[in-house]
Amino acid sequence: MIRLSGIARTFLVGGEEVHALREVNLAITRGEYLSIMGPSGSGKSTLLNIIGLLDRPNAGIYELDGGNVTALSDDELARVRREKIGFVFQFFHLVPRLTALQNIELPMVLAGIDPAERRGRLARLLAEYSLEERASHRPDQLSGGQCQRVAIARAMSMGPTVILADEPTGNLDRHTGQEVLSVLERVHHNGGTVVIVTHDPDIGARSQRRLRMLDGAIVSDENG
Amino acid sequence: MRPADLLDFAWQVLRGSPARTLLILLAMGIGVAAVVLVTALGEGARLYVANQFGSLGSNLIIVLPGRSETAGAMPGVLIGKTPRDLTIEDALALKRSHAIRRFAPLIIGAGNVRAGALSRDTPVLGSTAELMDIRNMQMAQGRFLPEGDPRHSQPVCVIGAKVASELFGSRAVLGEWVRVGDRRFRVIGLLAKQGESLGFNTDEIVIVPLAAAQALFNTEALFRILVEAKSREQIAHAKADVEEIIRLRHEGERDVTVITQDAVLATFDRILNALTLTVASIAAISLAVAGILIMNVMLIAVTQRRREIGLLKALGATGQQIRLAFFTEAMLLASGGAAAGLAAGELGRSIIAQVYPAIPFQAPWWALVAAPATAVITAVLFTLAPARRAARLDPVQALSRR
Repeated sequence: MIRLSGIARTFLVGGEEVHALREVNLAITRGEYLSIMGPSGSGKSTLLNIIGLLDRPNAGIYELDGGNVTALSDDELARVRREKIGFVFQFFHLVPRLTALQNIELPMVLAGIDPAERRGRLARLLAEYSLEERASHRPDQLSGGQCQRVAIARAMSMGPTVILADEPTGNLDRHTGQEVLSVLERVHHNGGTVVIVTHDPDIGARSQRRLRMLDGAIVSDENG
Repeated sequence: MRPADLLDFAWQVLRGSPARTLLILLAMGIGVAAVVLVTALGEGARLYVANQFGSLGSNLIIVLPGRSETAGAMPGVLIGKTPRDLTIEDALALKRSHAIRRFAPLIIGAGNVRAGALSRDTPVLGSTAELMDIRNMQMAQGRFLPEGDPRHSQPVCVIGAKVASELFGSRAVLGEWVRVGDRRFRVIGLLAKQGESLGFNTDEIVIVPLAAAQALFNTEALFRILVEAKSREQIAHAKADVEEIIRLRHEGERDVTVITQDAVLATFDRILNALTLTVASIAAISLAVAGILIMNVMLIAVTQRRREIGLLKALGATGQQIRLAFFTEAMLLASGGAAAGLAAGELGRSIIAQVYPAIPFQAPWWALVAAPATAVITAVLFTLAPARRAARLDPVQALSRR
């Protein structure tokens, strides 16, 4: 479903080339629960951004659902992102002036989905992530766990091919973190593909497939 | 993104920071209101002048003795000496033109008017029956000068309201005798109060037949001939006829000046229009300033909302959608400000109209269209740069900052 071949990404920092990713090859199949671990600066966030089409590789080929997405224009990438990618961020990234409901609705609004259809999907998402009572609250009236549940509901609203979570528990206490993690695991149990970037070994240990990165390369890939 | 969603999104942004929104609305509103108000004042002044000329009589052409060769000077007045007098025969010759409906020769002088023991000095007009229609005069009592050959006259006169009250008090004036200079006239008519029209107060005059005035002031020369063309379209034709007829009578010399009401009015029109446009453009500068304000606010918004823009891009917003969101926001601000400005301008106009009821203050339609249109267009133009910057934002960088 996701196939990266020979992906490289270099940044120019102060006139010097920094290799964030070198020759990364990776294949992810549908329904996988995968964690990417490694020290900071190892390239795991860059890898996630490239899988999420937020960033473009300098070299290599990225195939998503059988199509080469390496050569798409910015607007085509935006459309693919809208349909196939769901992001969950460390700092939630909810729009502060919008209610929980409106935040969840945002990707569907951007996609131009009919309001009647949106209402149906919203009702289902609110029920699935236990947010019915919080629907009309703004992010500053929500707890961290609730914010992250809103963010996961938002990521799921377009029925994406893959959920990409960048340190989803990094800004939460241990207990709430576990809670959010179990929500993500439920997505996986329902057949969704989940990729989590984390530096917490406990979280990494819970996933089905574990990648370790170092200096822009995948150094281990364990299954089971 | 559906248009309704786009509007809703922009509306949420505006509602999210009410102080910012109100300040921009204020700036836009002041600009639009200023344009509306200034043009209403200009248009009011223009209509006022036009009405004043209208009260002179319609399709009026004025014939003056003497020719103005240098611009600006009143002919025959500053030059001191006119080469050839305008005579009653000149006036009667105008009957030959088909473009002329009627004409009234005019002599003006100052006379001492007495009734019994009371006397006062007033302007005395000598003219014919046609003067009444040409000048749109109204009678309060009695009738105007009788028709007939202007070379012969009856000893009758028509007096203004103020002259009547000063000489006769509240007594009836019709049929009374007054003495003007060394001649006696029977009062046959009282003019209705009309007040001043362009420096001529009909309440304070005495009108006598032309021949009587000629004898009274011992002159053959006419002061003016007032000519009324048959229609507005005929004015130019009538003017040419007048010039030609009098030129032939004056041995081929063009020694009279013919003024049309239209020409005078057109001059005033040009002056006042230029004035209105100038002041309106100055007011429009405030609209440009409001546009720059919008640009500043939008540039700040791009910086402040980096994370949000990055998020929208991560959620699948195209560059086009980001730009549209900013434009919609600017358009909402501009049209809201324009609506508020139109309302405030109208309010200001009605207040001024209450204070000066005589002047018909009314903003012209082009100002009512141009002011809001300028507001919206400047808003969109000044949002181009910020919207472009937002659309080009790199989502990874925008999201990575806390």
